[in-house]
Amino acid sequence: MATFHLELVSPERLLFEGQVESVQLPASEGDMTILPGHSPVITTLKPGILTVSGGTGGAQRLFVRGGFADVNAAGLTILAEQAIPVAELDSARLDAEITAAEQALAGASGADAQIEAGERLSRLQDLRRASLQ
Amino acid sequence: MPSLKDLRNRIASVKATQKITKAMQMVAAAKLRRAQMQAEAARPFAERMSRVLGNLAGGLTAGPDTPRLLSGTGADRTHLLIVCTGERGLCGAFNTNIARLARDHANRLIAEGKTVKIICVGKKGYDVLRRTFGERIIDFVELRSVRQLGFEHAEGIARNVLARFDAGEFDVATLFYARFRSVIAQIPTAQQLIPAQIEATGSASGGGSEAIYDYEPGEAEILATLLPRNIAVQIFRALLENNASFYGAQMSAMDSATRNAGEMIKKQTLTYNRTRQAQITKELIEIISGAEAV
Repeated sequence: MATFHLELVSPERLLFEGQVESVQLPASEGDMTILPGHSPVITTLKPGILTVSGGTGGAQRLFVRGGFADVNAAGLTILAEQAIPVAELDSARLDAEITAAEQALAGASGADAQIEAGERLSRLQDLRRASLQ
Repeated sequence: MPSLKDLRNRIASVKATQKITKAMQMVAAAKLRRAQMQAEAARPFAERMSRVLGNLAGGLTAGPDTPRLLSGTGADRTHLLIVCTGERGLCGAFNTNIARLARDHANRLIAEGKTVKIICVGKKGYDVLRRTFGERIIDFVELRSVRQLGFEHAEGIARNVLARFDAGEFDVATLFYARFRSVIAQIPTAQQLIPAQIEATGSASGGGSEAIYDYEPGEAEILATLLPRNIAVQIFRALLENNASFYGAQMSAMDSATRNAGEMIKKQTLTYNRTRQAQITKELIEIISGAEAV
């Protein structure tokens, strides 16, 4: 199967670089899957699960806390604010994220910010429920 | 002429100091390696970030709705200086160099009749700048208790800066830190943060710049979230570079201190031995002349 180049970077380090077959990302306007030859797009990410398949290590699932994805002819670059492999993600960590989101919602001023913080919170809560099952 | 006991004490104390500086040098070397690795690990993100930003800004035409973080406020009356220095001393001229660069910059701006505000990151720079710019320092961030610099520290500073920018407290922000070249060379650097300076992306950026992008959600929204993030990334990078520079400076300062102590010990030991010999000779003469007199 055709592959393309993926770079996954967080502010602290380069997390992954290599050829992969497909990447599913939690884009802010709905999840999307990037396959080789995707048209150039830049999108923001919301908190969610990123699935990388066809890499050297098989399928990988990572939790990202938001960030950006840039697809161009050279490949896909994901600038994640924070990325944690799902295996290392535990409920305590998610709870901390949820608390932070709740605080952000309480402190948000203006309708737009409130909607944004609310969406973030509900998404994290969904993730929490999903991870418990 | 100091007595033999004085000399002995002096040598012992210099030896103790040498042990301390030697230990500090070794600790700094170990920490430097870690700081350097951390700074290198953070580089890809900053590079990709500026590439994406370059791609975005390249396709954007300046208009009234361009984000102010990119185009500026249209004025440059009030300048904000963010001065990053070390938290500790004993590192040669490291802190002084950064503070001097910032001070010269501030003095130039003041001479031009502009308003200068300063945010200090790191205690040492604050101590130096407080004397000259006491009332101009609007904030002071201390990272002394921080063991490992994380992105959240940079984010905190960035939030602070952005809140002030949104409140219209300043027009231009400049970041001061020491760029890490090598263990013996740390270059104090001034970098303009707001309005953002976008490096032009050529064809070398991976062939992505000439592509026509889709934007989700919209171009403006992405830019609006990307620009504040970029500030945090730049600050983070500055903090890491600064950290590596600090340990580099400390290492070379402690290295020369150890060497100086070694030289001093050599010199003192020589004086000590000479004095001791002189004393023995004197005692011998006394004994001999005493015996002759009998």
